[in-house]
Amino acid sequence: MLEIKCPYCGKRSQNEFSYGGDATIKRPQLGEEISTEDWDNFVYYRDNPRGKHSELWHHVSGCRQWFKVSRDTATHEIFDTCKMNEDFNV
Amino acid sequence: MFNSFRTTNSTGLINKDKKINFTFNGTIYHGYEGDTLASALIANGVHLVGRSFKYHRPRGFLGVGVEEPNAMVQLHDGNKSEPNIIATEVELVEGLKAKSQNCWPSVQFDIGEINNVLNRFFPAGFYYKTFMWPKSFWMKIYEPFIRKAAGMGKAPLLPDPDRYEHNYEHCDVLVVGSGPSGLASALAAAKNGARVILAEDKPNFGGSLLTDEVTIGNMSGKEWASDTISQLKSMPNVILKKRSQVFGYYDHNMTVMIERVSDHIENPSKYTPRQRLHYIRAGEVIVSTGSIERPISFGNNDRPGIVLASAAKEYMKVYETLVGKKPIIFTNNDTAYSTALEFIKNDIEPIIVDTRDSSNGELVKEVQQKGISIKFNSGIADTKGHLKINSAIIGKLDSSKESFISEETVECDCICMSGGWTPTVHLSSQAGNKLKFNEDIDAFVPDKKRQKETAIGAANGSFTLNQSLAEGFQVGFDLSNKFTDQNNPTNSPNSNEPSYEKHEKLWCMPLPSGKKPKRFIDFQNDVAVSDVELAIREGFRSIEHVKRYTTLGMAGDQGKTSNLNGLQYVSKIEKKIVPEVGHTTFRPPYTPVTIGAIVGREVGNHYLPTRKSPIHTWHEENNAVFVAAGLWQRPRYYPRGSEDMNSAVNREAANVRKNVGICDVTTLGKIDIKGPDAPEFLNRVYTNAWLKLPVGKARYGVMLREDGMVFDDGTTSRLSENHFHMTTTTAQAANVLSHLEYYLQVVWPDLDVNVLSTTEQWSGIAVAGPKSRDLLSKLFPDVDMSNEGLPFMGLVDSSIDGIKARIYRISFSGELAYEVNVESNYGLYIWKKIMEEGQSFDIQPYGTEALSTLRIEMGHVAGAELDGRTIPFDVGLNSMVSQKKDFIGKRSLSKDAFTESDRQTIVGLVPLDKKTKIPEGSHIIEDNSAVAPIPKLGHVSSSCWSVEYNNPFSIAIIKDGKNKIGKNLYAVSPLKDISIPVEVVSSHYVDPEGSRVRS
Ligand SMILES: [Zn+2]
Repeated sequence: MLEIKCPYCGKRSQNEFSYGGDATIKRPQLGEEISTEDWDNFVYYRDNPRGKHSELWHHVSGCRQWFKVSRDTATHEIFDTCKMNEDFNV
Repeated sequence: MFNSFRTTNSTGLINKDKKINFTFNGTIYHGYEGDTLASALIANGVHLVGRSFKYHRPRGFLGVGVEEPNAMVQLHDGNKSEPNIIATEVELVEGLKAKSQNCWPSVQFDIGEINNVLNRFFPAGFYYKTFMWPKSFWMKIYEPFIRKAAGMGKAPLLPDPDRYEHNYEHCDVLVVGSGPSGLASALAAAKNGARVILAEDKPNFGGSLLTDEVTIGNMSGKEWASDTISQLKSMPNVILKKRSQVFGYYDHNMTVMIERVSDHIENPSKYTPRQRLHYIRAGEVIVSTGSIERPISFGNNDRPGIVLASAAKEYMKVYETLVGKKPIIFTNNDTAYSTALEFIKNDIEPIIVDTRDSSNGELVKEVQQKGISIKFNSGIADTKGHLKINSAIIGKLDSSKESFISEETVECDCICMSGGWTPTVHLSSQAGNKLKFNEDIDAFVPDKKRQKETAIGAANGSFTLNQSLAEGFQVGFDLSNKFTDQNNPTNSPNSNEPSYEKHEKLWCMPLPSGKKPKRFIDFQNDVAVSDVELAIREGFRSIEHVKRYTTLGMAGDQGKTSNLNGLQYVSKIEKKIVPEVGHTTFRPPYTPVTIGAIVGREVGNHYLPTRKSPIHTWHEENNAVFVAAGLWQRPRYYPRGSEDMNSAVNREAANVRKNVGICDVTTLGKIDIKGPDAPEFLNRVYTNAWLKLPVGKARYGVMLREDGMVFDDGTTSRLSENHFHMTTTTAQAANVLSHLEYYLQVVWPDLDVNVLSTTEQWSGIAVAGPKSRDLLSKLFPDVDMSNEGLPFMGLVDSSIDGIKARIYRISFSGELAYEVNVESNYGLYIWKKIMEEGQSFDIQPYGTEALSTLRIEMGHVAGAELDGRTIPFDVGLNSMVSQKKDFIGKRSLSKDAFTESDRQTIVGLVPLDKKTKIPEGSHIIEDNSAVAPIPKLGHVSSSCWSVEYNNPFSIAIIKDGKNKIGKNLYAVSPLKDISIPVEVVSSHYVDPEGSRVRS
């Protein structure tokens, strides 16, 4: 079980959180003209890297905040966590 | 006879003043307080414990603790029965009942032993080779046979009556194992102010200090251990746990420990758990798990009475028990000589067989000074004795040590063997540590760590006491310094122990001349040297493949005594060095763990939380039959007298159509939405327009996922300019909240909106049916309930008896209907009030079944239609999709596949015979006589008995649905083996114009 530092609450066990996928995905602007390919890339296609991954987690059984986690997908090492409007320090 | 194998000294840890009676295979014996089942049986001369897995060979004890591969028993009777328990780990408790496993009719005479005679037919890979063909034999013949033969003990069929608990702990330093290095590190870390947990598997702290003749400072090892434990006990920053095995090491320094809380207590109190599972998140973990002695492979080395030398010593020193009175010590190293000396102390003269040419170790000299000659350059070739060893063939080794040059038979009643020591690296390996091979000790030791884990002492390959203590004090101090600023080191005391000469690299004896007895490597899985040879001959090279083909190390003991001997033998045949062969992976749990302990208190009603509406007690009192809707318990129907479900549901639904019904809809998800950008947010979340919804009005809304699939629907009302009340389906309430939070926090943080779940703050009561207006007018005389005063999709605030109520004019049933919302605590009161006033209008409560019937008849979609595979067009919600604005998922709707005109869409179905109910999940096909594979047009999503037309009605989602209306098709359910001719009709079966809700 991972130990994840919520930027609002501090360190908590993984079972308080739910996973939210790739944090680098940007939703297209509302009303924006967008090709089917670009839209499909946003909706369906995700990288599956071995190693460092920026991802979203949601503190569902806590403060209900979404935040960013930089995690190694192979070792589960967590390098940093930050609020949505912040950048990772490492 | 009883207890005739006790020593005469009383320097051990058992209490001979307290007798404990127990039963083994129906015979009553007694042992003493402090005994294990193993030590008590051995003291009574019982060595035959069970039969081996494959060949049903008689087996006894090999070890004295967790390493034991053979002595597994079935404990207790009935619902407390537990299989495959290692007798060396069971503390004796009054009335304990144990019996042998894997034997029939008895452990002395076991029919299955025929396998031993036939053993040439059971080589490695036997199952893989034999049971492959013919395929049809697998289910009926092979599989039942293997099942019967496998598994050793019997799992109880009754529910486990015992109580298990879970506990979460945090500490700076967790020390696993309380031998010299563990005690030293715990003391150093604790004295430096760190929060320490010290875990010991056995009932006594001290590890090897309980059996080794050493001095630390001016105390014996045993005294130092007990002195250190009392120091630790007095410190508030230390938790000491004995009978506690750390069996798993997971990510982020999460370890899991099983504590045997009351297994050893005769009459534990009712609420004392049997075992407790501790999840320990440790800053640093010190692995001081010691080492396990290695056996030696030689002919028939598995007979009862053949034990590890260290085990024999521990039985004497801790349990005051002799494994035999005519012992042979067989060794390739010096440490077994301490066992020889212990026998000598008990006036028993052992025969000593040493594979080495000589040794000048201190213990060897001490033995020789006592006038005992040592058979150097010798080995055991074979043994005899069916149910217990009675003699050994001792051979003189030739110079290559590949064969015997002479053999002699020697009587004995036990063999105490030692092939050196294997560091217990399981936890380090589980933590991701890459092990390295240490040539000096011929074993793997921890090397590159991945987590905050440090092995010390024998677990780190440091076999001398001085080294162990020094490492312990140093590492304990260094690691604790990460957590405290006290900088208070503890010095390692001087210690004294005998010096040891090097072991010989020899773990497998040659075969005796002219014979081919089995030389076992893995006792529990019956893997012999010949099986490993066969696997390699058949081309298995990777050690992982050899392991799986032979099952070496795959038993419940996880190869604690066999892995390294197996590796060593593979490397010998392959002429490789051990590190080239590599090692297999260590996985948790280190020792078997009772399933009950893993489950903990999450059993029965505690398996999941139960959510009840505030009106629940009324439903109970009124004969409701409940159904689980997620975590909620909802009334399904309220049978009267001898009514069955169908009659009750039809009555309840018909009464809504005719008079008025009342339904508890508290479980609907409710979300409070506030903020200046709330209208804009709803406009983005829902497919329809929200900016112009007037205050005091509700609107039906549909939300999509980004992939265009319908996610949820519900009614949302505008309470004031920037304040909305959203409702969701019961099932999606939590997901919708997360979805809204995601968009507000991640995608559009610029929107000034707050969302909050209010599901549990409101109690919701639906009042539906043609008489609902009259009833509500009576209940709320101040409110103008006319169609103009409170029109469809309107809402108004009022009160009953001073209780604030919000009345929505919304309908799921398709009838004129209202929903009364009050603060949860008043839900029951208002419900009763409505029931009371409703009597004169023939009110009846209705449950989820009638609710379904009413919505299906109306063609209203619910979870069965909104199954994550339908877009608005498919379920008749296209009119809800705004063409003017963008919203979540809109872009997906214009994708090619989503704009095809013949997509599967929603229709109604009526059976031609107007009688046969169509099972939900049925396939819709065009041609009933077609040969498979038959093209499938779609499926039936919801079915009911239409109370309006008094015949069955279903909703289906079928290809090009709109153009199929009026056609006859077939609904087939291969599961129920039925085919029903049906007519396709509109999904809006009752009141398609929607005039009733607006009346
Ligand atoms: Zn939080």
